Amino acid sequence: MPLSDDATFSVRALLVRGLIAGIVGGLLAFGFAAVFGEPSVERAIGLESAPAAHDHGDHATAPAEHEHAEEEVVSRGVQRTLGLATATGAYGLALGGLFALAFAVAYGRIGRLSPRGTVVAVGVGGFVAASLVPFLVYPPNPPAVGSPGTIGERTGLAFGMIGLSVLLAVLSVYCGRKLAARFDGWVATLLAGVGYVIVIGVLAAVLPGFDEVPPSFPASLLWDFRLASLGTQLTLWAGISLVFGVLLERGLRRESRSLMVTAG
Amino acid sequence: MSVSTSVSQPAVPLPVAVPLRAALPWAIFAGVLMLLVTYFVGAEQGAVSLVSGEWVHEFVHDGRHLLGFPCH
Ligand SMILES: [Zn+2]
Repeated sequence: MPLSDDATFSVRALLVRGLIAGIVGGLLAFGFAAVFGEPSVERAIGLESAPAAHDHGDHATAPAEHEHAEEEVVSRGVQRTLGLATATGAYGLALGGLFALAFAVAYGRIGRLSPRGTVVAVGVGGFVAASLVPFLVYPPNPPAVGSPGTIGERTGLAFGMIGLSVLLAVLSVYCGRKLAARFDGWVATLLAGVGYVIVIGVLAAVLPGFDEVPPSFPASLLWDFRLASLGTQLTLWAGISLVFGVLLERGLRRESRSLMVTAG
Repeated sequence: MSVSTSVSQPAVPLPVAVPLRAALPWAIFAGVLMLLVTYFVGAEQGAVSLVSGEWVHEFVHDGRHLLGFPCH
């Protein structure tokens, strides 16, 4: 029995929901980052500027020169509040939009998952492919870590890793669907997942790595920062998924009456 | 839990795929826009620079670090 068009979602309506979810998720991530991330960022910046100040301490004219060289374009106070909120909000907005597009493609095309089930699948898959795996292959670094000479290469590889990982995840879902026709669903999903992990493992082994943490940098501070970074990204994905799911169910409940009438 | 294997539950709608063909130009435009925003948060005035100066990098600095992008 054909279902009427208003029983499905439109890409436009999904995008609006995704952007709203993205903003909310971004603000939640800002809250997490401000509370759990900023202390480690602040401590790392303290380490960054401390040795330089010592170098110039002996000369009477040097400190003025030093201050001039490190003149702040944006103050720390703005960076850790408005700047951080803008960054997480903008990134949340972007991820929310992409989340909606991914949902539009996935819903009704990966088995018989319900709308909420599809949201969970996109959310978990997105976090693993776009955040967790890139985090594990190229762990993020706090201020005072990383040599300026390799920033181009590191940026390219970080973005490339996110792109490749997402592409491979999509490919593995596609292969999983194909395999599901031959094996049962669990075996197909397992094979597709193992395939993804193996290719990522090979990539991680083949691609260049960067060991740029200074020996004097406190290991506990590095751990705190990286944990906070992963937590910020997890908060973002969880926030987007939850809000998107709620907005979706609301819209669906309103539409479900017309669906039942036309389907019955 | 609600594993929708049967159609007997009228309250659970069947998954109806979202029609994509008509919305494709839109979707691509939105996707590119989202990637551009990601670029500004993650890389502008770091490895690559479209806008002159340092203020974009400096403004999003803490977010760039904590969202996992290389900063400097
Ligand atoms: Zn930095």
